[in-house]
Amino acid sequence: MSFVNLDHISANPLLPEVRRAMIAAIEHGYHNPSSQHRLGEEAAAALENARGEVAQLIHAEDPREIVFTSGGTESVNHAIKGVALANADRGRHIVTTNIEHNAVIRSLRRLKSQGFTVTSLSVDETGRVDPQAVAAAITPETILVSVMHANNETGTLQPIAEIAALCRERRVLFHTDAVDSVGVVPFDVREIGADLVSFAANAFYGPPGVGGLYVRRGVKIFPLLDGGVQEHNKRAGTENLIGILGMGAAAALARRDLPARMAHLSRLKEQFLRGLAESIDEVIVNTHPVHSLPHLVSASIRYVEGESVMLMLDDEGFGVSTRSACATGSLRASHVLLSLGLSHADAQGTILVSFGVENTAEEVHRFLGALAKVVATLRGISPLCRKSAS
Amino acid sequence: MMYNAVVMDHFRNPRNVGVIEDADGVGEVGNPLCGDMMTIYLKVRDGRIADIKFQTFGCGSAIAVSSMLTEIAKGKTIEEAKRITNRDVAEALQGLPKNKLHCSNLGADALQMAIRDYEARQAGIPRPELKRKDEHEHSHGDKCYCPYCDVEVEEGATFCEACQHDLKEEH
Repeated sequence: MSFVNLDHISANPLLPEVRRAMIAAIEHGYHNPSSQHRLGEEAAAALENARGEVAQLIHAEDPREIVFTSGGTESVNHAIKGVALANADRGRHIVTTNIEHNAVIRSLRRLKSQGFTVTSLSVDETGRVDPQAVAAAITPETILVSVMHANNETGTLQPIAEIAALCRERRVLFHTDAVDSVGVVPFDVREIGADLVSFAANAFYGPPGVGGLYVRRGVKIFPLLDGGVQEHNKRAGTENLIGILGMGAAAALARRDLPARMAHLSRLKEQFLRGLAESIDEVIVNTHPVHSLPHLVSASIRYVEGESVMLMLDDEGFGVSTRSACATGSLRASHVLLSLGLSHADAQGTILVSFGVENTAEEVHRFLGALAKVVATLRGISPLCRKSAS
Repeated sequence: MMYNAVVMDHFRNPRNVGVIEDADGVGEVGNPLCGDMMTIYLKVRDGRIADIKFQTFGCGSAIAVSSMLTEIAKGKTIEEAKRITNRDVAEALQGLPKNKLHCSNLGADALQMAIRDYEARQAGIPRPELKRKDEHEHSHGDKCYCPYCDVEVEEGATFCEACQHDLKEEH
């Protein structure tokens, strides 16, 4: 039996149509989109076509508001550092949350070392930030608010439209890290009212290493990469056209298939959550029951450690992700899980299961059986299990 | 795979798992860095470790370390067992990833604690309070080093500029 990928938050496979689009781009052998002759014009037309597809996916008013990047991390770095540096004359204070991705946290830490100040807000036990707390944290010095859309460890969605509205009233720019939600759930940048949005192609089955940054027209931002005039002066460097064309193809498919994908993934997620509750006791589900991604479940299985669970599931033929301190390399419990109020020991037993369009109900059924077996084995070894029983 | 075949074998088929209800010595340690926990039970006859069992809450490496430790210690005299070090366990496992070496500390510490408990009971001293290992470790010399990249950091630093890792204040 083939190995089953239940770790789509880490990587999605390329859809066949995306693969074909990229192979066609390689075989065609595009020239440099910046060249003035007809070969360059042809490449530029392909580039702009992809930009149009991506703009439509997030309902951007103008395709020129899309900057192609090397992925979510670059987009986030660009949004935060680019806005901070370009607006430092207006103020040097930034508001964010405690559960952001490291791309946000470490970009802000870099800015702090350069004299910026940062207010980081806590979330409630369901993992959501209170928009009023964001509003209260804004000072006359605040130039930017950055709140993620979907959390990459829990799948919980933040109330970003409300936050964006509060920021707009206060004339503060709003950036959202939507790397795990754009192309996964409907995303209308005008309806939300965000000024900057970071996203990545792989979340919607496009190639890894390509992403986008939406910059609303009129937002003052410096490039992260200085050099040529590519990407409307916002990102220097000859474009990764093969990747970008793959992203364009993936964006078109996502727009077409989003409702069907969400329905399929939500069914698998519900089946898993139901089966989990029936087959394993003492499990804490960290994912918000309503406001969450359709394909991701974070569950903390008490008395076991996530890396051990992951390794044993690997032997059983299933790939999942874990956020235990032992597995992350940092040897610290996840800041996101601790923010939810989990103890270190409970955070240790956290696994992330994320479904993809190719997964089936039969795979989820087999996975539930394998998970129950692995947890029983590891609880048999665990001293914590015995203690709680006595 | 981040672990070698010996580690994976001990993880998949851990030796000497369980509890000795009438143990002569018990050692329990928790790892302050990640919350792992290990308990070692000893049965001693004629100054030798006649039986040894473990329970571990932790990662693949922590389980493999526990298993290998019990294999090494089984049948040894108490004096021999006292000389078992973290390094012995890591070497018997033919190496652990660098960021997992602390797991081997857990194993040897639990064994030494179980031996101390045994000796205390023999001497009629009440069982000592089980306490966690001191969090602040100066692995080489008086200075503080980042546990991830080994670059010197300031005492009490919460962040390593060199490798961008967050640090506990007690590194």
